[in-house]
Amino acid sequence: MATYQLNVNGANREVEAVPNTPLLWVLRDNLNLTGTKYGCGVAQCGACTVHLDGTAVRSCSLPVSAIGNKKVTTIEGLSSGENLHPVQQAWMDENVPQCGYCQTGQIMSAAALIEKNQTPSDSDIEEAMSGNICRCGTYERIRKAIKKASNAAAK
Amino acid sequence: MKADTNESKIFKVSRRDFVKTTSMSISGLLLGISFSCSDTAKKLSGNPEYVFSPNLFITLNGNGDVTLIAHRSEMGTGIRTSLPLIMADEMEADWNRVKVVQAVGDEKYGDQNTDGSYSVRMFFTPLRKAGATVRLLLEQAAAKEWDVDVSECKAKNHEVVHSSGKTLGFGLLAEKAAALPMPEESSVKLKEPKDFKYISKQSSIVDLKDIVTGKAKFGFDNNHLPNTKIAVVKRNPEPGAGLKSFIADNAVKVPGVIKVFTLDAPGFPTTLNKPLGGVVVVAENTWAALEGRKALDVTWNKGMNADYDTKSYNNAMLKSVKTKGKVRRENGQVDKALASAKKIIEADYVVPLLSHTPMETPCALAHVHDNACEVWAPVQDPQGVRKSLAEALGMDLKNVTVNITLLGGAFGRKSKPDFVVEAALISRTMGTPIKILWTREDDIQHDFYHFPSAQHIKVGIDENNKVTSWLHRSAFPPIDGTSNANAKEASGAELSMGMIDLPYAIENVCCETQEAEAKIRIGWLRSVANIHHAYAVGCTLDEVAKARGVDPVQNMLDLLGDDRTIDFNSLTSEFWNYSEKLEDFPWSTARFRHVIETAKEKSNWGKSLPKGSGQGFAAHRSFLTYVACVVEVAVDANNKIRIPKVDYVVDCGVPVNPERIKAQFEGGAAFAASLALKSEITVSNGAVQQSNFHNYQVGRMSDSPYETAVHIIESNEKPTGVGEPPVPPFIPALCNAIYAATGKRVRQLPVRLA
Repeated sequence: MATYQLNVNGANREVEAVPNTPLLWVLRDNLNLTGTKYGCGVAQCGACTVHLDGTAVRSCSLPVSAIGNKKVTTIEGLSSGENLHPVQQAWMDENVPQCGYCQTGQIMSAAALIEKNQTPSDSDIEEAMSGNICRCGTYERIRKAIKKASNAAAK
Repeated sequence: MKADTNESKIFKVSRRDFVKTTSMSISGLLLGISFSCSDTAKKLSGNPEYVFSPNLFITLNGNGDVTLIAHRSEMGTGIRTSLPLIMADEMEADWNRVKVVQAVGDEKYGDQNTDGSYSVRMFFTPLRKAGATVRLLLEQAAAKEWDVDVSECKAKNHEVVHSSGKTLGFGLLAEKAAALPMPEESSVKLKEPKDFKYISKQSSIVDLKDIVTGKAKFGFDNNHLPNTKIAVVKRNPEPGAGLKSFIADNAVKVPGVIKVFTLDAPGFPTTLNKPLGGVVVVAENTWAALEGRKALDVTWNKGMNADYDTKSYNNAMLKSVKTKGKVRRENGQVDKALASAKKIIEADYVVPLLSHTPMETPCALAHVHDNACEVWAPVQDPQGVRKSLAEALGMDLKNVTVNITLLGGAFGRKSKPDFVVEAALISRTMGTPIKILWTREDDIQHDFYHFPSAQHIKVGIDENNKVTSWLHRSAFPPIDGTSNANAKEASGAELSMGMIDLPYAIENVCCETQEAEAKIRIGWLRSVANIHHAYAVGCTLDEVAKARGVDPVQNMLDLLGDDRTIDFNSLTSEFWNYSEKLEDFPWSTARFRHVIETAKEKSNWGKSLPKGSGQGFAAHRSFLTYVACVVEVAVDANNKIRIPKVDYVVDCGVPVNPERIKAQFEGGAAFAASLALKSEITVSNGAVQQSNFHNYQVGRMSDSPYETAVHIIESNEKPTGVGEPPVPPFIPALCNAIYAATGKRVRQLPVRLA
């Protein structure tokens, strides 16, 4: 066991974990941040996507020892109070979710995309979202919501 | 259906026979038994806190808040929204004042087994009656208060309005309504469809905001019990075969690992309910449990399926359908007609084992203590889970509580309780609450798979270019084989999913089956046997159209013949109408024709497309819902298949929640595309060879339709479900489009063009 000081959603959090523990399980088990989901454990499905200094990463394959002082943002920290992130708002406007399980990971990937690219093309979206699986098949609405959010962000 | 056997019984009763035997009692359940105001209304101090509970599903507080019970499981269809919406509409409640509460698993709610696209079909009318009864009580209460005739009082948007214009809010009327006698069922008037306020209108799901903000609770998100430990299980790759020996020395050295012990294996057939057994690792946290399991040294027993190999198994099935099988439907004389046919169309179709792979793997929180058990789990069939837990733990049903979380997808997987029973058995051993996690590897390697199948279809066309004969042979291990070693023959219900329910006016029809033995756990996957049957039939029809020199849409209309209702019971004794009587839900070729013709029009069928692109067509009735589908594909030089456009036309009777119907069809197209283009489970030496999404591929954004247009037929017919019906016609429409684009027929799934 080792002690780590993490910056999660803007707050300093001290956690005890063995060094190779994936960030996913630190978030879920140590910090009770259950919005980040387990889907495959091998960075194939994107359900566990969080931001590390603003970049989308798969937390299931990122050891806690590799975080250092980088800022971790989870779905719980993407927005605060009633003010939703434009991506979350677009997700609501387009009624994207079905079962909802993969959607927090999808939203985190989408938010990282439009942070870098406010006018993503279809192929930009397809590439950025290719690591996120949705078995309910909400891909069409995800694409629409990203376009809507990117338009909103560009305004 | 033949007699139920073994442990599969609880599922079959609830899944398939419930409506037949107990549909009459649903309204009794809602209106009679529990509909007793004076008994169930609880008097609290002060009017605003008065709680009026006129039935199991509806509570009205003195402050006007309404609580509606969602008793079916939410796995992404929107049912947790759609059913309460039905009650709110009839009650004239303001949806903004409604809170939806998930029921626990309990027989008192009627059927809760959320599968078979049953929910809206089964509960539309009973829940309307429940809502309308409360509306009438509130109107009566207002009439009494004003001393006027009830006919002068109308409930409207959470208040009762008198013809003079004066109003009383629902909250103020709660206590007064509770004092009234229950109205006769005959006096309860349902709304005219034109007066629907929420039914057939746009609405978002109740969990939307919680989902997008990460607050929604799924099966592995329940951390509220102190001292909860995490468990994972290492299972024999050959299902049911059990453990020879294990060494846990390294596992227990992993920091955080608490205990390693074994669970018994059930043998084979495993049944649908029992856990697979294996070596359990319990730890303080998830990572420790996973690391501990990795450090186990296990030797497994070899069981009766140790030599199961899907390649040779599928080849044997394919060989079997070349010869005459057991006749399951026979009209006319197929052999004779085929012998005199001018043209013969003949092909074989093979579909592999398929896995459900919901994004949320099986998981549960269980707490067994003081001879009681409480679980929080993502389950489709909470009553089945409750019974299985009571049986496995030797407890009275009343001591078992099943709380249903949101399901992170299910597609049929979570209709089986094995993983919840596993968690409870481990909790009993440990004496602490246990959260069990199935990893993706566990999920893909120990699923209840969609049947592997082989089919042979032979069609005869006479000298007048008329289709005169249809021979269809199907071989696949029945789901019953997962519980019963003697079950080697597909059931009538399984064959009524796309085979013996062939609706075409063909004089000579013969449907035959060959036996096949379950060698692995087989279970329901979204649309079940319709998947492989609709694929083979839909592709064959396209070949028949080509052979006749007729457009595929016109070909289907030709074969369908005059508008009529088909009396399938006179065509085969084994016909199953999704648990409904044919007189209640007739097989209407007019409704089928209408979706086909509408699809032709809406899809711009026959439009000119560039080289490498093509349109394909198919139509299918499943779960009593009529669907036609046009798929457009574009195949590039590297054989990458893209799906720019899908058009669906659906007739599901009254469209209760059109927005979610559209979502089900968009998602159903993507799900079916995934099955057809990407997925295959293979088994060698009794063990599944795939383990995660790198080798059990599923559809990603680029594999999925770019645009799915869903055209819903306006209808006042009884509503039917939409969870499963999108899947069956999509696959043949896709394969027919691939043929139009490339000239290649797809006779084996997944599609491999190279």
